[in-house]
Amino acid sequence: MAKVRGAVVVDNDVCKGCNLCVVACPTQVLALNRNVNNKGYHYSYMENPENCNGCTNCSAVCPDSCITVYRVKAEA
Amino acid sequence: MSVLTDRINEIIKPENLVYAKSPLLNDDLMHYCPGCSHGVVHRLIAEVIEEMGIQEQTIGVSPVGCAVFAYNYIDIDWQEAAHGRAPAVATGIKRVMPEKYVFSYQGDGDLAAIGTAETFHAVNRGENIVMIFINNAIYGMTGGQMAPTTLVGQITSTTPHGRDVDLNGYPLRITELLAQLPGAAYVTRQSVQTPGAVRKTKKAIRKAFEIQAKKIGTAFVEVVSTCSSGWKLSPVDSNKWMEENMFPQYPLGDLKDTGRADAELYRIKAK
Amino acid sequence: MGELRLMKGNEVIAEAAIRCGCDGYFGYPITPQSEVMETLMTLRPWESTGMVVLQAESEIASIHMVYGAAGAGKRVMTSSSSPGISLMAEGISYIAGAELPCVIVNVQRGGPGLGTIQPSQADYNQATKGGGHGDYSLLVLAPASVQEMHDFVILGFELAFKFRNPVMILADGVIGQLMEKVELIDQRPRWTNEQILEISGEWATLGKPSGRKKNIITSLELDSYMMEKNNLRLQSKYSQMKAEEVRYEAIACEDADYILVAFGSAARICQKTVQIARKKGVKVGLIRPITLFPFPEKIIAEYATKVKGFLSVEFNAGQMVNDIRLAVNGKTRVEYFGRMGGIVPTPDEVETALEQRF
Repeated sequence: MAKVRGAVVVDNDVCKGCNLCVVACPTQVLALNRNVNNKGYHYSYMENPENCNGCTNCSAVCPDSCITVYRVKAEA
Repeated sequence: MSVLTDRINEIIKPENLVYAKSPLLNDDLMHYCPGCSHGVVHRLIAEVIEEMGIQEQTIGVSPVGCAVFAYNYIDIDWQEAAHGRAPAVATGIKRVMPEKYVFSYQGDGDLAAIGTAETFHAVNRGENIVMIFINNAIYGMTGGQMAPTTLVGQITSTTPHGRDVDLNGYPLRITELLAQLPGAAYVTRQSVQTPGAVRKTKKAIRKAFEIQAKKIGTAFVEVVSTCSSGWKLSPVDSNKWMEENMFPQYPLGDLKDTGRADAELYRIKAK
Repeated sequence: MGELRLMKGNEVIAEAAIRCGCDGYFGYPITPQSEVMETLMTLRPWESTGMVVLQAESEIASIHMVYGAAGAGKRVMTSSSSPGISLMAEGISYIAGAELPCVIVNVQRGGPGLGTIQPSQADYNQATKGGGHGDYSLLVLAPASVQEMHDFVILGFELAFKFRNPVMILADGVIGQLMEKVELIDQRPRWTNEQILEISGEWATLGKPSGRKKNIITSLELDSYMMEKNNLRLQSKYSQMKAEEVRYEAIACEDADYILVAFGSAARICQKTVQIARKKGVKVGLIRPITLFPFPEKIIAEYATKVKGFLSVEFNAGQMVNDIRLAVNGKTRVEYFGRMGGIVPTPDEVETALEQRF
């Protein structure tokens, strides 16, 4: 059965660490990084990348349009 | 770890791209606070304009308020209006260039307080424009003062003990009032706190622009929004507060979708 | 020769607007200028030239409609009378700040407040010193005849686009309501989209084609250094107006011992006063500023060394007299005579005032 796998790329410098994508992610992929970007924000990153199915929920709620989403169909 | 990195890199390829920010949104860092709804609505407008292929025909009108700098982010032609006057400015643009798409973008102070007259009369004339209304129940830019849409009991910097109806009157449901006007073609209230809500709002904005092309009256989209800085809550808690407190006062959904009224209903019988 | 007609000043504003190819008029009724919009609505230019005419919900809305339409590179205008112009002050400041061309007609009535509907020139300071907030100037034209009401609409649009600045036609209730013979220009076409692109494409919001920077109409600049630069640019524009656009009429000034200075309908009265005084053997001349901003200060300064005094005649409490004093700079006496509240003085009254003061 074909399984969907995804990945997101967060623009670290643009992210303001608002946490909305983390909450919106249905598979708990995202978290806020312990590190901060050059504005001092804990930017979002894929903490559990293996869970990502590329659903685009995170990019949908992102106020700063800093998330790009990729998705592939892969054999299980 | 490197195996995982390899797997991720395999996915991150142009052919697998499912979402990237619209090229109409430029790389200028938005000045909005973390979690601000403005950013989402800006993106949706950019996406709609891009998807409809109307970049060269669209003129935006930005307000006074946090969104004054909307013109910095969406790469179309813009006019920046005086406080509350965006519907008049949009009227001026649209009347002399009826073939263009014109939209105004205003907050609650701009649209529902100082610009109430301009708002009502633009809609009542059935101006063929799109009006986007960001309602976060507070004045964000000036530091969190009471807005006409501030809820009873809500604490702001000018209602430090909570909005009191004896002193300040009631939250203004201006969208309900506008829906009564015969010039309104489409009036809806949406939100952007969840992926589903965002997709609905995008559909509403798209519909509003399509209505403009049909020239059947004003298309008005309210987006119930958050202001985490003004509300002094985290963005995530702001969304919760909005769902619990704002939605009962400002229920989501379409308020009107009939096109502007038939003039015959209003015509005098004899001269 | 163009078509000759007997018309009211206010009607001519409308007729001239249509004929010169104006794209839009946005206004709100107020006495004594309501005939402007009434005439436009009767003539229905949207069916002939395509000119838009819209009755707004307020003067505030109408001036901001002008802002929007002017920002689209169109030739647009509004008209009002004193209390309405006060309401427009916000929009006029924004238009000046955003450097948009437009024509604003003020058919003045007496103030302050609701005042009277009778003629007045009490908005001189408001018109020539900006009127709203911030450092800005309007180019102000003062018609003294129905013909000039016509001519200044055409000239107003030329100057507005030359400087990308609002132009005010500062008339008064007399000129607005007066009927006179006027020669009308032949109908000129409105600018085509191609012409607008060529004339204003660099800044107007016509829709952004790919490849050009977006055009933004705004008066906002939070960077103080940039905002000072913007102000300096405005000031240099006003200096250029002073250098290039001063207009006035000098009547019987060459041998004059006394010079009356008056604009608009006050100048018409003073013309008669000059005749009366000269019959009595008093050598009186008249300088009629046609542009109130830029003010004809050079010609006044020149005569300041030659005459025994200037008398500023105004339908107000003495506003232009201050600009005359600045121009004269102490070199001779400058006095004021005027009536207020909508009273129009007679030529004899002015002559008596001249005798009493000098």
